[in-house]
Amino acid sequence: MQRIIYFLIRNKNFILFLMLLSISISLNISYNEYNKSKFINSSNFIFSSLYNTKYTVSKYLNLEYQNKLLLEENKNLKQILFNSKTNFRINEKIDSMDFEIITGSVIKNSYSKSNNFITIDRGSSDGIGIDNGVISSNGVVGIIDKTTTNFSRFISVLNTKFLLNAKFKNSNYFGVLSWNGKSINQVQLKDVPKQAKVKIGDTIVTGGNSLIFPKGILIGYIKSFKLDNSENYLELEVSLSTDMTNIENIYIIGNNNVTEINLLNE
Amino acid sequence: MNNIIYNLVLGMSLIFIQALFLNNINFLEFLNPFIYIYIIIYFPIKNNRPVFILTSFIYGLLMDLFSDTHGIHSASTLCIAYFRPYLLKLFFGMAYEHQVVKFNSLELKQNIFYLFSMVIIHHIILFSLEVFDLSKINLIFQNVISNSIFTFLSVFILYEFLMRKS
Repeated sequence: MQRIIYFLIRNKNFILFLMLLSISISLNISYNEYNKSKFINSSNFIFSSLYNTKYTVSKYLNLEYQNKLLLEENKNLKQILFNSKTNFRINEKIDSMDFEIITGSVIKNSYSKSNNFITIDRGSSDGIGIDNGVISSNGVVGIIDKTTTNFSRFISVLNTKFLLNAKFKNSNYFGVLSWNGKSINQVQLKDVPKQAKVKIGDTIVTGGNSLIFPKGILIGYIKSFKLDNSENYLELEVSLSTDMTNIENIYIIGNNNVTEINLLNE
Repeated sequence: MNNIIYNLVLGMSLIFIQALFLNNINFLEFLNPFIYIYIIIYFPIKNNRPVFILTSFIYGLLMDLFSDTHGIHSASTLCIAYFRPYLLKLFFGMAYEHQVVKFNSLELKQNIFYLFSMVIIHHIILFSLEVFDLSKINLIFQNVISNSIFTFLSVFILYEFLMRKS
């Protein structure tokens, strides 16, 4: 007994080191396994208010570019509105909405890591829930994974854990969108059947198989394609339509039918 | 007492600078200098190892909280804090054993070797935990090598500023 205690005292540094190391590695592993981190994230109050303060100062530097983006988007929407054959008015009130849209701003962006998360200044008090989709003016950017009262955090498209159902705009072949962690403006679309007719420059949009995004939101354009290792499926390189390094104004999409559809699956 | 306050203030300001500015540099899309490890590398030499190891761990955990990473900064700061005496012994030999090493008057060559090996150890652990996928070992190596050069230069410049003025 005495020897054991003596041994422990002599090696106390090493034991302390191993203990702390196992804590931090288990944090990392539990994150990698469950795709959800419970303890450590910057959507908690102290850190998000700090980032929010920084954002209120630095947002003025980017106003011109962001205004241009919004103006361009408005122009496109107006174009669709004025040229549509059915006549609906702008101020028309819609009775039943399948998808609800909330606007927000990014207060902390990140894109240089292999698992990127982005914090925004809207939270559960604004009606944001987990698994809501996030888009910018130019296309898909991520999926909400954690919310607090006033802030929330979403998994960026540039995260190796991000998976999304996506399809071709002009045909119904679909595949799984993910990111390999290499280039910040290219993501990969896998498991596309090789019968699909692929042209470089074709548009990739969201598939609508998931409940997260409505069908047909822009993701990006095909840059190159090749057969994968099994030789049965195509693997496509898709260049993102959104510039992930410069996003500020975003829309959060909530699906009102989620609970009803989930009842079917129980 | 003065010394403790100085190091506390320095550590906190390094974390804030790292989180708010340096993590957003992203030079060539993935290069960031991690200068916050400066304080672990050049903390005055004392014999209270358990406290030093524990503080370094908490210091890394704070960095984790700020940058939304999961235990990767704490694991790597913990490792360099634990291996520091061995590296000091390796590079400064007798001078370290007799406790006459003063960080504000190091020889350039020894200092460079010491600093570079600390930075490399930190970055290898940081990036292999961050990517956490052995099939992407190329990505890990690319990140470790390019980032450690960047970090090494910035920590060295900071050293020259803070230590050499007196």
